[in-house]
Amino acid sequence: MSTPLLLAVLLLLTAAAFEFGRRRALHLAGPEFRTLHSLPRYYGSFTALWCALPALVLLGTWLAFEDEIITSLVVADLPATYQSLSEPELNLIINDLRNQLSGNVVSQELSPDMQAAAEHYGSLRATSKAAMAVIFLSVAMLGMGLAWRKIAPNFWARNRVEAIIKVLLIICSTLAIFTTIGIVLSVLFESIRFFQAVPVFDFLFGLEWSPQTAIREDQVGSSGAFGAVPLFAGTLLISFIAMLVAAPIGLTSAIYLSEYSHPRFRATAKPLLEILAGIPTVVYGFFAALTVAPLLRNVGTYFGLDVSSESALAAGLVMGIMIIPFVSSISDDVINAVPQSLRDGSLALGSTQSEMIRKVVLPAALPGIVGGLLLAISRAIGETMIVVMAAGLAAKLTVNPLEAVTTVTVQIVTLLVGDQEFDSPKTLAAFALGLMLFLVTLALNVIALYVVRKYREQYE
Amino acid sequence: MLNQKHAVLLESPAKTNDVPPPSPVQIQEPDTKTVGRVTVDKPIMTTRNVDVYYGDKQAIIDVSIDVAYNEVLSMIGPSGCGKSTFLRCLNRMNDTIESARVTGKIELEGHDIYDKKTDVVTLRARVGMVFQKPNPFPKSVYENVAYGPRIHGLARNQSELDEIVQTSLRRAGLWDEVKDRLGQPGTGLSGGQQQRLCIARCIAVNPDVILMDEPCSALDPIATARIEELIDELRQNYSIVIVTHSMQQAARVSQRTAYFHLGDLIEVGETATIFTNPQDKLTEDYLTGRFG
Ligand SMILES: Nc1ncnc2c1ncn2[C@@H]1O[C@H](COP(=O)(O)OP(=O)(O)OP(=O)(O)O)[C@@H](O)[C@H]1O
Ligand SMILES: [Mg+2]
Repeated sequence: MSTPLLLAVLLLLTAAAFEFGRRRALHLAGPEFRTLHSLPRYYGSFTALWCALPALVLLGTWLAFEDEIITSLVVADLPATYQSLSEPELNLIINDLRNQLSGNVVSQELSPDMQAAAEHYGSLRATSKAAMAVIFLSVAMLGMGLAWRKIAPNFWARNRVEAIIKVLLIICSTLAIFTTIGIVLSVLFESIRFFQAVPVFDFLFGLEWSPQTAIREDQVGSSGAFGAVPLFAGTLLISFIAMLVAAPIGLTSAIYLSEYSHPRFRATAKPLLEILAGIPTVVYGFFAALTVAPLLRNVGTYFGLDVSSESALAAGLVMGIMIIPFVSSISDDVINAVPQSLRDGSLALGSTQSEMIRKVVLPAALPGIVGGLLLAISRAIGETMIVVMAAGLAAKLTVNPLEAVTTVTVQIVTLLVGDQEFDSPKTLAAFALGLMLFLVTLALNVIALYVVRKYREQYE
Repeated sequence: MLNQKHAVLLESPAKTNDVPPPSPVQIQEPDTKTVGRVTVDKPIMTTRNVDVYYGDKQAIIDVSIDVAYNEVLSMIGPSGCGKSTFLRCLNRMNDTIESARVTGKIELEGHDIYDKKTDVVTLRARVGMVFQKPNPFPKSVYENVAYGPRIHGLARNQSELDEIVQTSLRRAGLWDEVKDRLGQPGTGLSGGQQQRLCIARCIAVNPDVILMDEPCSALDPIATARIEELIDELRQNYSIVIVTHSMQQAARVSQRTAYFHLGDLIEVGETATIFTNPQDKLTEDYLTGRFG
């Protein structure tokens, strides 16, 4: 039986198990059904869970190891000449066997030895499949039977079911955590390889970034300079400009929306503002590159300023517009969360609306607002598309917003789209940059969460 | 200083809490269905034929009643009868509710508080309010009390402000408990202390009238007794309108009592009379526990 079919059968079995469990509980209790410890459906769920879970675990394990075990069995049975082959060659042969079995093209005509091996392989597979189906269904039935036997009027089915569900929830949430840890570790290991080629100190404090390395030994090329300072400076400059735009506009619009505007206006304006967050960043990118940047250059020429056609200012301005909704939406929520009783208290003392906002609402909401701003900053730091299109690729160490700069994320992109070997320092540098970026945004997020939580504690 | 400001903004005569103005030559009893005498000889606030609507729903129906100088007026009645609504009319806190609409005439020392020329900010400085749930600002004890004097510019310098803060806390009977922790957050006090802090905060702006909406409902009997004492002391300087669900409390602290029922003001009278000898059937039913 194929796996989907097995699953379908299991589903039916589980449904049946639920019904059996429920019936049995009711039957055992008889007319005294109120004396059951738990509701009948908990007995049903208990039986169903015992039917499904062990079988599923078995299926997962089986599928995970089946291939490896069969292959090793086949290899063990190959004639001695093959045994001495190297790993890649052996893999090739196994591949041929598989292709032969599924009727695909094979790389060479198969010898009789190989034919036999292929048949052996096929029969092992068939056996495994049949065995799996049998064991799988037996486990399901066995689980159901065991659970069924446990059912008694004073059996605490509810508590058992709740406990199982809790374990399932824990597994799911740890899955997310482990994925994150996995990603971080892989980035970390690649970074360590990079730091074997380039000293950490040079990377962190080097003032020059030009990641061109020679591809071939005989090439005259620079050996590459991997100082990340210009990149982080560029990132900070652009994020700073973005926050200069987003913080005041976002905050004032949040104050207006939550404190002054008519509810009907708020109901339309807030979603509109949030649409800004839904625009793809590429669109912002070409808006920055094709509209804002030329505009800035024209204005600059008018005033006799030399604005390069790709500038930190253009990218920062547009990025600022992009993150306005983050700031305004979070601030708006935080401001709204300030209890009405505080506003009433202030107004009842004869404060004006703006005094109330300045002296009571904003101070009470400040930690939350700061948390929102920090989240917006980490968003700005991680942003790539706008910067690629509008700020350029030149890793220049400058604080002049009218010049082209580049950021960490942009460099990661350009490092990886090149045709370098995957383990050259140039490519590995991307991982080191990614790690740094991750650490920075992580720190920002941790601070933001901490601040927000602190704010929550203030009431109640 | 405060009085000058009031005089300018409200165009009212100087504050005369201690020496009530001569009573009007003749008091006209308003045309109402309320049992008992709704007027007083020397009113600080008068309300005439007040209706309040929330959207289409009428919450207060044709209520007329006076508030005298240096008296505690208690308002009782079953839940939802409109006591809070009426109380909030007296300092226009209903303005903050979008759907609320108030008609009729409400005067503070002869000035229509719903008049276009009335500055609601000054009105609220003169008619303060203490809420059901203590709502200290998330600031220090000191800043809580200094808040009102600051926004109204009542102190010229720090020492005057210190003075105001101390006097207000003393009057609210809280000074001894908090004098060593003025810098700590007001939200960290106990419930009863918080409520007294809110009262201190209210009297720090030196209002004429203090409105209290069930100020003790979140407090234990001892804290309640403390606040009741306080209300009695405050009567020397202020007029107080208090909403309460406790008839014992109304009997203990107030001189006059008003009974509300489904938006109507049913009966008004001396507290002692109302409790011993109610005139209206509805009042009697409520007081004897046959209703509510
Ligand atoms: N913001 C509002 N919007 C609409 N209706 C309201 C609003 N506030 C109060 N009401 C209605 O007005 C009526 C009077 O309410 P109010 O709060 O004044 O009663 P109350 O006498 O203070 O009751 P309680 O003793 O429970 O505090 C009630 O029917 C209530 O539902
Ligand atoms: Mg009320």
